[in-house]
Amino acid sequence: MTSTVNPVDERAARAPEFPMARAAGCPFDPPPALRDLQQEGPLARVRLWDGSTPWLVTRYADQRALLGDPRVSADIHRPGYPRQAPMPPGGTGVSFILKDDPEHARLRRMVTAPFAIKRVEAMRPGVQRIVDDLIDELLAGPNPVDLVEAFALPVPSLVICQLLGVPYADHDFFQDNSKVIINRNVTPEQRSAAHGNLIEYLDGLMGEKIAHPVDDLLSGLAERVTAGELSRNEAAQMGVLLLIAGHETTANMIALGTLALFEHPGQLALLRDTDDRRLIASAVEELLRYLHITHSGRRRVAVEDIEVGGEVIRAGEGLILANDIANRDPGMFAEPDRLDLRRDARRHVAFGFGAHQCLGQPLARMELQVVYGTLYRRIPTLRPATELERIPFKHDGSVYGVYELPVTW
Amino acid sequence: MKVTVNQDKCVASGQCVVAAMEVFDQRDEDGIVVLPNAEPPAEQADDVRHAAAVCPALAIEVQD
Ligand code: SF4
Repeated sequence: MTSTVNPVDERAARAPEFPMARAAGCPFDPPPALRDLQQEGPLARVRLWDGSTPWLVTRYADQRALLGDPRVSADIHRPGYPRQAPMPPGGTGVSFILKDDPEHARLRRMVTAPFAIKRVEAMRPGVQRIVDDLIDELLAGPNPVDLVEAFALPVPSLVICQLLGVPYADHDFFQDNSKVIINRNVTPEQRSAAHGNLIEYLDGLMGEKIAHPVDDLLSGLAERVTAGELSRNEAAQMGVLLLIAGHETTANMIALGTLALFEHPGQLALLRDTDDRRLIASAVEELLRYLHITHSGRRRVAVEDIEVGGEVIRAGEGLILANDIANRDPGMFAEPDRLDLRRDARRHVAFGFGAHQCLGQPLARMELQVVYGTLYRRIPTLRPATELERIPFKHDGSVYGVYELPVTW
Repeated sequence: MKVTVNQDKCVASGQCVVAAMEVFDQRDEDGIVVLPNAEPPAEQADDVRHAAAVCPALAIEVQD
């Protein structure tokens, strides 16, 4: 049997399953198998849930080059695209993150204005108030408490609701549905139903904004719908994307980052004892690099043959760019496994790279700077209320973090 | 030092503004990069080079 197998097939047959498991004792580090692959060479084959064997790209420089390469497509409908999960029955519309230019650029540019640096900076005092008020409530409430429910999730949810113009009173509804969407272990039917719920909800809101526009992001989209530049369904899709992306990721960075700091008390002390905005900003970049909570890799498909490190990725073959291990590439960051809030980590790829780099990153950065710069200063005795071994980690989601973080002070 | 930007490539990430606030700015309507000063003074050279390095769209070119 072996004599007829060509080397490419043989490699695919040996491909390890992806995603890979983290080491039990190191919840902040990428899976050890990813490190091994990074050391072995620039490209590996991995096996996905559907039996397909896309390429895995593990090194920092290769990832940046490929994410900026026009021969690489983000279009989920192209054959060979490495999907995270089965497509829901009947399919759903997809937002611009799963499309290529010029369609991607057309849609993305409709929502970039509120994320410009000056606009985001203008929101900083409001975010500071949200954070301060939540800390007041935390201190007045039960002790110990779950930091995820009481703080990590409300901060970004309140902020994104204000920015979009979504009533925060509905947060249970959209948080429950977005939890289903980002969970890898639900059925396609469940995911489709949750997505449908959110689309219906945003479509309803869009109707209100079309009738009575105010000064928020959804009203801006509503005006474009009225002007015929955008369909109402496209607008609802964008609303869902921004709502989910706006709270899930930042919430996980807050809770997981706090836990990582608990495990590195010297680093936590740096934040507790400073009001130097440069140090706080640098600490946020380092936590983004070190934790890298989007751990399912960026997904792409080659549209032409591309050579990487002497090997050829053929047109139509899928690519997974594992950003978590790229951020720990010793070729880019010295002692990459050390959390060092003073290092210059700004070139990390936690937000991706290329045309699809995270749209909300200025907002995420500002929120994290306010949170990390405030929480430990205001509650200097903040500490975990349980052992690390008892904390439930989100191994099953497309965003990594903790389900719960009991804290005391 | 001479700087050029490609507005067609720019994805409005604002990373250049964070890196070199005196050199780069963003258009109000859509956050696309604008360049009020294409020949920044030498003391801003490091920040400008950093901006070019972090720009996700590779939209910034620097000539010494
Ligand atoms: S860093 Fe690049 S993509 Fe971002 S605003 Fe500046 S020029 Fe545009």
